[in-house]
Amino acid sequence: MADVQMDQEVYDRLIAEGKSERIARAKAKAAAVRKGKIAEGQTLGPKPAEEASKALEEFRASRGSGGVATKTAAPAEAGAPAGRLSPEERAARVAASLGNGGDAGSIGVPAASDHTHRLLALVPPSGIQQVQSKQMDKVYTWPHLLLVEFVALLAVGSLLLVVSFFLDAPLGSLANPNEVPAINKAPWYFMGLQELLAYFHPAVAGITIVGVVVVLLMALPYADKNPSAKPENRKFANMAFTFFLAFWGLLVMIGSFLRGAGYEWVWPWVQGLGFTL
Amino acid sequence: MPSYSDIKGSVQDNVIWKSIFRPGSIYRKGYRDTSRDRALAAMNNVLYHLHPVKVKRHGLKLTYTYCLGGLSFFLFVLLTITGIFLMFFYTPAAGAGTEIAYMNMRDLSASVTFGALVRNLHRWGAHAMVFTVFLHMARVFYHGAYKPPREFNWVVGVILLLLTLFLSFTGYLLPWDQLALWAVTVGTNIAGFSPVFGDQVSFVLLGGVEIGPETLLRWYVLHVLFVPFITVVFLAVHFWRIRKDGGISGPL
Ligand code: HEM
Repeated sequence: MADVQMDQEVYDRLIAEGKSERIARAKAKAAAVRKGKIAEGQTLGPKPAEEASKALEEFRASRGSGGVATKTAAPAEAGAPAGRLSPEERAARVAASLGNGGDAGSIGVPAASDHTHRLLALVPPSGIQQVQSKQMDKVYTWPHLLLVEFVALLAVGSLLLVVSFFLDAPLGSLANPNEVPAINKAPWYFMGLQELLAYFHPAVAGITIVGVVVVLLMALPYADKNPSAKPENRKFANMAFTFFLAFWGLLVMIGSFLRGAGYEWVWPWVQGLGFTL
Repeated sequence: MPSYSDIKGSVQDNVIWKSIFRPGSIYRKGYRDTSRDRALAAMNNVLYHLHPVKVKRHGLKLTYTYCLGGLSFFLFVLLTITGIFLMFFYTPAAGAGTEIAYMNMRDLSASVTFGALVRNLHRWGAHAMVFTVFLHMARVFYHGAYKPPREFNWVVGVILLLLTLFLSFTGYLLPWDQLALWAVTVGTNIAGFSPVFGDQVSFVLLGGVEIGPETLLRWYVLHVLFVPFITVVFLAVHFWRIRKDGGISGPL
C-alpha cells in the first residue's frame, strides 16, 4: 500500500485546519481511494440489504443446481430465518472455500481432514458450559506468579536449612516396651486429642469427638449457605471458626506445655518443659 | 573454533532437541519478553498442568494465599526428596537384640555425610508441613474460598489434612526410640476404642496386640509408599479442581 496516492487537496486543507501531519496524510490517502472507487462505478459503504439477499439466493441456487448439496439441503428449512445461512449451508460454504468439493462432512470438521473424532459435532451451539463471568484483571503466570512462588520457596527452604543446621532432631534411648517414660506425649498436632483423653473416656475423646469434627469439617461447605465471601457478611461463621481454632490451639498448648510426668498439671517455670518435638 | 551461536544453532536445530521441545516452545528459538513468549512459557511447559497462562492479579498479592498451599506442596516435595535419601540408610528391623532401625538412626547422624542435616530437614520439614497445611485451611476458611463451586475441593483438602497427619504420625515411629514408641502407643491405643471393630483396627495397625517389630515394618511401608501414593493422588485431584473451579477464588 506504500504507493497509494494522496489527495493533495484534502491534505492541504487538513494541514491548514491544524490537523497533525500523520492524520492529514491518512485521511488524504483514504479520500484518494474513495475517489478511485467512485470513478470505477462502485458504490461505497455497506451493501444494501436486497443486494445481500440476492447474493444468498445465488449461492443457494448454485448449490441446488450443482448437485453437491448435503442430504438435508432444503434451502429455507432448518429453522434458518430467510436471509441467514442454515448450519448445513454454512458448513458447505466453509467446505467450498477450503476447496474440498462441497461435501461438508459433519459440521465443524471438514470431510477431508484426518480427524478421527468429531467432537465438535457433539457440542451444542450454546457450548457445554456457559461462562458468564466478567473479564477479570489478569496477569501472565510467567513471570509474575512463578517469581513469587520461587521467592517463597527460597525463603522457606533457606529458613528450614538454617534451622536444620543448628537444631538437631531428637533421638532418645532405644525403645523399650517394658519401661514407660515419665513424660509420655503424642506429637504436638495430636496433643489436643491427648488433652481430651484427660477428661473423657477414649471412646468419646478419640473416636466420637474426632469423628464428629472430621464429618463437620467435610460438611461445612454444604452447610454454609451464605453466598458472600466478604468478612463483614459472615461474622458468625468467622467467629465460630475462630473459636474452634482457638479452643483446639488452647488444648494443644495445655497438653504440650502444662503437662508433665504422669500427665499431671505442671508449671513449666517450676518443673521444666516436658515437651519434645 | 565454532562460535557460541553456531553451537547453539546446531543444538537447537536437530531432531532430538525438536522432539523434546514442542513447536513454539521458548527453548526452541529462545525467549523474548513478549506477550507471546510469556504465554508460551506457561503453555509449552509441563507446569501447564498446574498453572494456566494467566492468573488473577489479586491472587498474586502475598496476603491473599500467603503461598500456604504452594508451600505445603513444596514441603511435600522436599520431604519426598530427603525421605528417599534417608531410605538408603535405614532398615525397618527391630527384633529384640537386633534393633537395626535404631542403630541406623545413630549411624546416620554420626557417620553418614550430610546424614544429620538431611534427617533434620526431614523432621523439621514434616512439622512445618503439618503447620502450613493447618494455616492453609484457615486462610481458605476466612476467605470463604470453599463456597460454590469449590465445596468439593474443601472436602479433598480435609482428606489431605488427614493424610498429612497420618504421614507424619507413621514417620514418628521409625527412629524406634523411647519417644517414638510411647508417642505412638498413646495414639494407637485410641484406635483400639473404635466401635465394633476396635480390636481388629488396632490389630491391623499394629500387626499384633502391641507395638513390636511387625508394627515397625507395617508403618515403614505405610510411611514410605502407601500414604505418599494416596496423597499424590489426592493432590492431583486438588490441583486439577482448583483450575476447573476457575482458578483461585476471590477477590473478596
Ligand atoms: C497436603 C496439603 C495441601 C496442599 C499441598 C494444598 C495445596 C493447595 C494449593 C497450592 C492451592 C492454591 C491456592 C493456595 O496456595 O492457597 C490450594 C487451594 C485450595 N485448598 Fe489446598 N492444599 C492442601 C490442603 C488443603 C486443606 C487441608 C484444605 C481445607 C480443608 C484445602 C482446601 C483448599 C481449597 C478450598 C482451595 C481453593 C482456594 C481458593 O480458590 O482460593 N487444601 N491448595
